[in-house]
Amino acid sequence: MSTTTRMRLRGLIRKESLQILRDPSSIAIAFVLPVVLLLLFGYGVSLDAKHVPVALVVEQPDANTASFTGAFAQSRYFAPLSYNNIQQAEQALIAHQVSAIVWLRNDFSDRLLAGGEAPIGVFMNGVDANQARISEGYIQGVWQLWLASYAREQGRDLAVPVVVEPRIWFNAAVRSRDFLVPGLIALIMTLTGAMLTSMVVAREWERGTMEALMVTPIRIWEILVGKLLPYFALGMGGMLLSVAMAVWLFGVPLRGSFWALSGASALFMLVSLGMGLLISTVARSQFVAGQIALVATFLPAFILSGFIFQISSMPAPIQFITHIIPARYYVAILQTLFMAGNIWPVVLANCGALLVMMVIFLGLARRKSRKRLD
Amino acid sequence: MSTPALFFDGVSKSFNSGKTSVTALDGVTISALPGKVTGLIGPDGAGKTTLMRLAVGLLLPDNGNIQALGIDVLEAPLQVQSSVGYMPQRFGLYEDLSVQENLDLYADLQGVGHEQRQARYEELLQMTALGPFTDRLAGRLSGGMKQKLGLACTLIKIPRLLLLDEPTVGVDPISRRELWAIIDRLVKQEQLSVLVSTAYLNEAERCDEVVLLNEGRRLGQGSPKSYSEPMRGRTFHLSSTRLDKRRLQTQLSAIPGIIDAVIDGEKVRVVTRKAQLPDISDLVADGDTAINGPSKLDDLQIEPVEPSFEDAFIATLKVDTPSVADWFAPRDGAALEAGPIIEVVNAQRRFGDFYAVRDISFKVKQGEIFGLLGANGAGKSTMFRMLCGLLPASAGQLTVAGHDLRRAAADARSRLGYMAQRFSLYVDLSVAQNLNFFASAYGLGRKQRKQRIEWAMAAFELTAYAATNSGDLPLGYKQRLAMAAALLHEPDILFLDEPTSGVDPLARREFWQRINGLAASGVTILVTTHFMDEANYCDRLVIMAEGEVLAEGTPTQMKAGFRSAALPSPTMEDAFIGLIENRQKNKPGVAA
Amino acid sequence: MKAALTPRLNASLRRIVALAIKELLAILKDRKSRIVLIGPPLLQLIIFGYAATFDLNDIPVAVYNEDPSAASRELVARVSGSPHFHLQANIEHDAQIAPLIDNKKALMVLHLGPNFSADLAHGGSSKAQVIIDGRNSNTALLVLGYLRNIITDYNIDWAQRHGRAKPLATLQVRPWFNSNLVSRWFVVPGIIGLLTLVITTIVTALSVAREREAGTFDQLLVTPMRPFEILIGKAFPGILIGILEGSFILLMAVYWFEVPLRGSLGALYVGMFLFVMAAVGIGLMISSLAVTQQQGMLGAFLFIVPAVILSGFATPISNMPEVIQYLTYIDPLRYFLVIIRGVFLEGDSYAILLNYYWPMALIALVTLAMAGWLFRRRMN
Repeated sequence: MSTTTRMRLRGLIRKESLQILRDPSSIAIAFVLPVVLLLLFGYGVSLDAKHVPVALVVEQPDANTASFTGAFAQSRYFAPLSYNNIQQAEQALIAHQVSAIVWLRNDFSDRLLAGGEAPIGVFMNGVDANQARISEGYIQGVWQLWLASYAREQGRDLAVPVVVEPRIWFNAAVRSRDFLVPGLIALIMTLTGAMLTSMVVAREWERGTMEALMVTPIRIWEILVGKLLPYFALGMGGMLLSVAMAVWLFGVPLRGSFWALSGASALFMLVSLGMGLLISTVARSQFVAGQIALVATFLPAFILSGFIFQISSMPAPIQFITHIIPARYYVAILQTLFMAGNIWPVVLANCGALLVMMVIFLGLARRKSRKRLD
Repeated sequence: MSTPALFFDGVSKSFNSGKTSVTALDGVTISALPGKVTGLIGPDGAGKTTLMRLAVGLLLPDNGNIQALGIDVLEAPLQVQSSVGYMPQRFGLYEDLSVQENLDLYADLQGVGHEQRQARYEELLQMTALGPFTDRLAGRLSGGMKQKLGLACTLIKIPRLLLLDEPTVGVDPISRRELWAIIDRLVKQEQLSVLVSTAYLNEAERCDEVVLLNEGRRLGQGSPKSYSEPMRGRTFHLSSTRLDKRRLQTQLSAIPGIIDAVIDGEKVRVVTRKAQLPDISDLVADGDTAINGPSKLDDLQIEPVEPSFEDAFIATLKVDTPSVADWFAPRDGAALEAGPIIEVVNAQRRFGDFYAVRDISFKVKQGEIFGLLGANGAGKSTMFRMLCGLLPASAGQLTVAGHDLRRAAADARSRLGYMAQRFSLYVDLSVAQNLNFFASAYGLGRKQRKQRIEWAMAAFELTAYAATNSGDLPLGYKQRLAMAAALLHEPDILFLDEPTSGVDPLARREFWQRINGLAASGVTILVTTHFMDEANYCDRLVIMAEGEVLAEGTPTQMKAGFRSAALPSPTMEDAFIGLIENRQKNKPGVAA
Repeated sequence: MKAALTPRLNASLRRIVALAIKELLAILKDRKSRIVLIGPPLLQLIIFGYAATFDLNDIPVAVYNEDPSAASRELVARVSGSPHFHLQANIEHDAQIAPLIDNKKALMVLHLGPNFSADLAHGGSSKAQVIIDGRNSNTALLVLGYLRNIITDYNIDWAQRHGRAKPLATLQVRPWFNSNLVSRWFVVPGIIGLLTLVITTIVTALSVAREREAGTFDQLLVTPMRPFEILIGKAFPGILIGILEGSFILLMAVYWFEVPLRGSLGALYVGMFLFVMAAVGIGLMISSLAVTQQQGMLGAFLFIVPAVILSGFATPISNMPEVIQYLTYIDPLRYFLVIIRGVFLEGDSYAILLNYYWPMALIALVTLAMAGWLFRRRMN
């Protein structure tokens, strides 16, 4: 690298850093927004069912029904409410006061003692299908536990033919926070990499400084590197902040190597910056750049990356699209490194995909950028 | 002869916007001589900026060859860029960096070594007088200071060819004079070649060579003299004691055979088509025509004057347009009110500790054209915004059309029209939609609205553009539209904030014709301007500096104060600069 | 008194109408804002509608069956025959489990031990060991739920065929309103609320800043327009565009995604109107504070993101910590989502929805009043 190149690069990087420090909206996008998102997702959002309000309708209370309802009261998943008749409970379900009804009819004890299939009616509000499924699973769990303990009390041997013995790996407590918070890092880095970078370049076009920059003897790759490095540092800063908050504030385990995580993040950051620079070759106003970045990078990183929604369950054409979403590979790496540990085949395969995308995006950005105004 | 500093050979360039292709340059051949200042002059849309950008390799020509300093721009753009300095129209400064940081950045980009840097900085800061402000953010500098900083940034590594794209737009006369002094020095000391584009025709006279461009074609190249010499015998000064100069001008411009009539100091400057004055015996005197009837103007003084570049420019480019004065008939019941229509008493405006306006008083009579002159940051815009009710005064009394602005701003607003410095109508709406909206915003009823819009379309010749989005209009038409919108509700007072800034000389002439017509019809006009020659159109004016009034009076009175043996007929610009310099002499603390 | 008022009121109305028309024209004639109004919402609708689903299909599973018997094979057949599962591999020893799960080749491994059929035949309980990848805990729970259902059915059939004692009590689960638990029915109506919020807020949040940047705001202020007239004129396009956009997505939900619309459209539109008013109020508040469009955009973003996350759009409010649940009470989207899903799937009546109408009306009132106040203050 010649002295003049070094001098130009240093000048550009210093300028960019000063601008970042002086522009509150850069800082807001790079640090305040991530913290807000992390707090919201860490504390506010949870897919686990907790304290689900359940109406317990017991038409004829006795010792048997009491043992059943007792099982609900003990479960941490439910907040049971008692009702005397089914009509009242149905009203409560319609009025959104409860999410499910568990109904023990007046012949419950008789049929239970007669030894056969006393029916327990379960009505649930199926509007939120996901929550309904999860609640159903919990109700089944309560029911099975109760069946076993009731049989034991009664001294009956009522072995269930097949008993499921689940073992959930990597997240035994099934806490949704543990996968939401790491996935969020991909979103945050997309924000700084693609959105902020493309808007900052667009700002130079809007203010006419790009023209002045271009008539200096600077080379185009120097301009690109001058933009890349400061925002790379900013993005990695956001990543470190997010990891620190994930581990120390939210208690998400980091089972894999921190260095592998940093390496993969650096790779993703470069992909993200590549997308940002590519957007900025098309968009010359901040408004357009922001819109393109939102639609082309942020939303896909949210919905199509496997961050929340299972990719293998999407329709085939959409699954196909997910392959060109870089966040898909990064989310897989994040969730693996945080929760499963150093599983090199997963990490390396996805890093390989990111590497390919990095070459493509940075290469395209380099090709499309010209030191010209038309 | 040595190789030209810049050489264009049959260069064409067109742009595609949507389906249409616009030709910006059409087979242009020009050359800029080494060690000389070459001016690039032409109306808006002539292709000046495109030419500059082509010269530094920011655009690719469709046809033709370009050589800068003997280097082919197409083949070695980087080599050109490392020996050419270019200041784009908006100076290319980073507004959130300080003066010093901007200089550092460009020093790094130009590859100026650290050892040479310090000496160069000192030299540049001294030259631009920015020394005391190195820590200030570029965004907080005044327009003139920004322009000088922009120039300093392009000069850090001394270029062999300097390209300046409209460097003096929106900059006050003192800063402009300083900029030209810097350019002259650079050419003398460093043998720099300079190509400068400008909208100020009097600046053309300072160039060694002038290239005249229009609609992408080269109309001519030569010394300013070579343009003005053929005009000899076609330029005259006319004046009369019996006719106000503005009315004389209005009447003269309606006469066939007269290409141009403008107010020049106390006289009217006339450019004729042929080398003699056409028949002007129909001119009538000012006076109470109702009693005496129109009387022949018999005391007309006519003297031939030296032709200028501007005369040649107008004669080459002006297309005859019908007189617009008819559209501004005197209004019914526009009886002159006795008292002043605008009265400002001890007005003050503070922003924190900073006084933008301190203790200003003046009065404006109905039907006057009243000017507010001052350098950037003198407080003109603040004063203006207060008078329009956009900004409350911190202290003092402001009365507009009989309404105290503190109590009845909305009532006062319904009697005034306002035309902002920057084109500020809705660019996405068509001409008709804009007019319709503003007519309704001023509360005109359906019938009245229709009638006024028809008037505006006709008076400002906008009919052909009725369905065009206002953002796509040529600059001159934008300005017409803005003025039309401000006049829909027949205001008693019209506020014009830098109305002609960045507008080419042809459009400026048309604009003043309309203003004259309006004033004649009884509308009071308050105007701020940077063009000192335009100040001569004002009946009275105040000159402001640092939030205070330096002088108030008629243009004649102002100029009279600076008449001396060395300066027998001072211009408005001389008066203005003199006033500012006197003030700085009296305040030694500031001058440092 | 009245006669004196009417002309003033007339003029005022005329100015408001003119401003509202101008605002609409300015939004619709600008290519960029047209794209923003049409492109992203459509794209989001499609992506959300198809991709944002919690329903699982073709989950890759591996089976480790150490007991080659009819009983175990039947169970395996039931699992691999389910539309939710896809048999990815049969494995033969323990050591194969970890790589399959680790490398995401299988989401679940079903392990039947060597004594599986023997235990069953002796009338005892045999164990079906299930290993699930917990990297996405929600998926893990759903997978487990699907498997449990298959095994419950298997148990009942087995008991019947082999004369085993039936379980003492059985669950008869019946989901209301969405009997097949299709999560698209939950997500798509939610998008109506989400996109209406985004569009309305952005349109209004940028409206003043855009004029400030273009310099037209001063031009507007020198007309005799009063602050409240400007405010009403600026609110109108937001309301109109919000309702139109909402209606368009509504049509898409009903005819394209075939979500059943069971309740009255009237009840839905009352809610939509109140919701849009609240969103306009917030947008105008942002608008009166923002000087540049970038600030307006940032402000809108800072409001929309938490508003969506805390609304119950994707995750239930009842799962949130109590403090945050209180925070959701000031989120208009929270109420509108209940209304829209209630009307779509539950056929809710006005009476039930009343409790969700008035908080939105209150939010609209407060934010509009605040916007008016801020606006006035900024102008003086």
